[in-house]
Amino acid sequence: MAAITAEPHVSKRRAQLQKAILPYLYLFPAFLIMSVITFYPLIYQVVLSTTNFETRHLLKGLRSEDLEFVGLDNYKAIIDGSLPVQNFNFFRVLTYNFWWAITNVMVHVPAGVLIAILLNTQGLWFKRIYRAVYILPVVIPPLVVATVWRNIFNENYGALNQLITTITQFFGAEGVVRIRWLTEYKPPIPWLLPNSPLTLAYYAMMIANFWLGWPFMTLVATGALQSIPKELFEAASIDGASPTQQFWNVIVPLLRPAMVPAAIYGFMMSFNLFNFVYFMTNGGPARSTELLVTFAYDLVRNLRLYGVAAAFAVIVFFVALIVFLITNRITRATESYT
Amino acid sequence: MTAQAQPEKRPNIIVRFFNMNTSGELGGRKLPLWRQLLLQLMTLIIAFEVMFPIMYVVTLSFSSKTTRPSTLQLIPNEFSLEAYKQVLDRPTANPVTFVQLLRNSAFLSVGVGLVALLVAVSAAYAFSRFKFKARQILMILVFIPLLMPVIGTATPLFLMMNSFRVTECAGDDIAISPFTTCDGQGKVVFNLRDSLPGVGIAMISGALPFAVWNLKGYLDTIPKELEEAAMIDGADPNQIFTKIVLPLAVPQLAVTFFLGFIGHWQEFALPWLFLSQPEDYTLSMTMYNMVGQYANAIPWNRFAAMAMIVALPVAVIYIALQKYIVGGLVAGGVKG
Repeated sequence: MAAITAEPHVSKRRAQLQKAILPYLYLFPAFLIMSVITFYPLIYQVVLSTTNFETRHLLKGLRSEDLEFVGLDNYKAIIDGSLPVQNFNFFRVLTYNFWWAITNVMVHVPAGVLIAILLNTQGLWFKRIYRAVYILPVVIPPLVVATVWRNIFNENYGALNQLITTITQFFGAEGVVRIRWLTEYKPPIPWLLPNSPLTLAYYAMMIANFWLGWPFMTLVATGALQSIPKELFEAASIDGASPTQQFWNVIVPLLRPAMVPAAIYGFMMSFNLFNFVYFMTNGGPARSTELLVTFAYDLVRNLRLYGVAAAFAVIVFFVALIVFLITNRITRATESYT
Repeated sequence: MTAQAQPEKRPNIIVRFFNMNTSGELGGRKLPLWRQLLLQLMTLIIAFEVMFPIMYVVTLSFSSKTTRPSTLQLIPNEFSLEAYKQVLDRPTANPVTFVQLLRNSAFLSVGVGLVALLVAVSAAYAFSRFKFKARQILMILVFIPLLMPVIGTATPLFLMMNSFRVTECAGDDIAISPFTTCDGQGKVVFNLRDSLPGVGIAMISGALPFAVWNLKGYLDTIPKELEEAAMIDGADPNQIFTKIVLPLAVPQLAVTFFLGFIGHWQEFALPWLFLSQPEDYTLSMTMYNMVGQYANAIPWNRFAAMAMIVALPVAVIYIALQKYIVGGLVAGGVKG
């Protein structure tokens, strides 16, 4: 009798136990791998950032006899600019990085939306062809785009100088235009960002990244525009709204939920635009177009200051965390709009 | 009625100009010709802006001369496949064939994508469907690495991989560091850091959390009714996973794979940091080498041909999957 009543109780408990363990079984493979190659490196990075790890420690790693614990010295050196690295100032790079990302998004989003509206015009001829052409920059790998643009901006044979030469000669000017797009250090507008001189290379990269950036925004905006129901405009015009009012009160608010995430995506992409910057200017001239990520890469690949590189990456992590918290706030705030 | 009301209200010039009606359908009215022509001019200028670099590189790639033309050329005046042939034949000064480079790129992009996907899908399912104690904290753990740019963990990964070496010692011994070391000097025969699998592992480190997060987001959108019905029919969670959720998730699995493929195909930072043997180079590394240090001596038509070849697979995949990719990118971008 006792055995009979105990049996279902035991199997029920076993089933419950199984149910409790099951999620962890599903998670196990991913977490096993991540703990070795994702989480452990993150911890290793923090340990590394408190040492003077350099090339000579590569053979024995953390067990090297002459590896020293330097505490927060690496962090201090990065912040106060006492690194043995030319032309490096942490706050200048940080300012430039934010400026770079913000100015890019500020240009890409309005241009993308306006072009989407233009393409959406009723009765426009060749709409499909334009749509197909305008998508091309999204489709080509940024790495290829950057190398091609770097070629275009070449001072001697670049296509842009050639284009300008063609135009100036058409208007009767003599000589060949030789603008040093990517190598000139003197900033054309010195007061624009006093903390961090914006060289001609910055403008060149803005042009190239504009080419790369707006079509994506147009893509998103077109999708959002086409999902606005026609009835909304009819209702608005019955209520007596002028087309201007319709633009601001129908189109803009209805585009916003789609454009804010796209803008934030664009911001994050520009903020960490490694391949593009590395292929186009390599951070130069004189580190004036260096982003946090490209400098982090330079620290480990060329300067080989592994301890400092680890400390720098930890700082980059916290910058990324702050950026995420802010952007997350913005998306949350706009989510309730719909 | 509305036609009479129109003249009194002067609509915004921009709105009038674009004939703003976003329904996408053609109403009865036609665009006046002058406006049509003006709009055509604008769209043509934009199309020129888009096509300018593309035509420039296409023209270069079809040129038989290795130097850049001294005046601007945007339309090919010859269709020579010389540069393509040379690139496919012998892409660099090193004795490496194009097929080898292609294989390396394909190994990294396909391998990393597949491994990340296979490992991630069960974890994504657990996060999406099970309620368990540590769920919140484990999800935050997966999310944290997403905040870090790939280059952010390059240093520790570099040093970790670099410590796995096989050394041929003075005798006939073989030492496998970090477990055993040679007594004296030895010759390093294998360094995990300097090998394609090593780079692959480092790339998976970033790809895996992204795949988990991305797939979880998609699994959340699959309606639960089907699973509830299956549960009533007596299916256990494992059966639900393999028989219902996995088949439904196949499109998203494919999209996640291709998204990963596009990213890994262009991966440059980690291979460029890790690899030193020319036979391990990828296509993007080769392309960087072509315009890098010896930029003045480079054969421009070959560089252009190379750029076209590197761009082609990504462009094809992108166009084929355009609809899915835009949504996926934005969703992924917001989350991380």
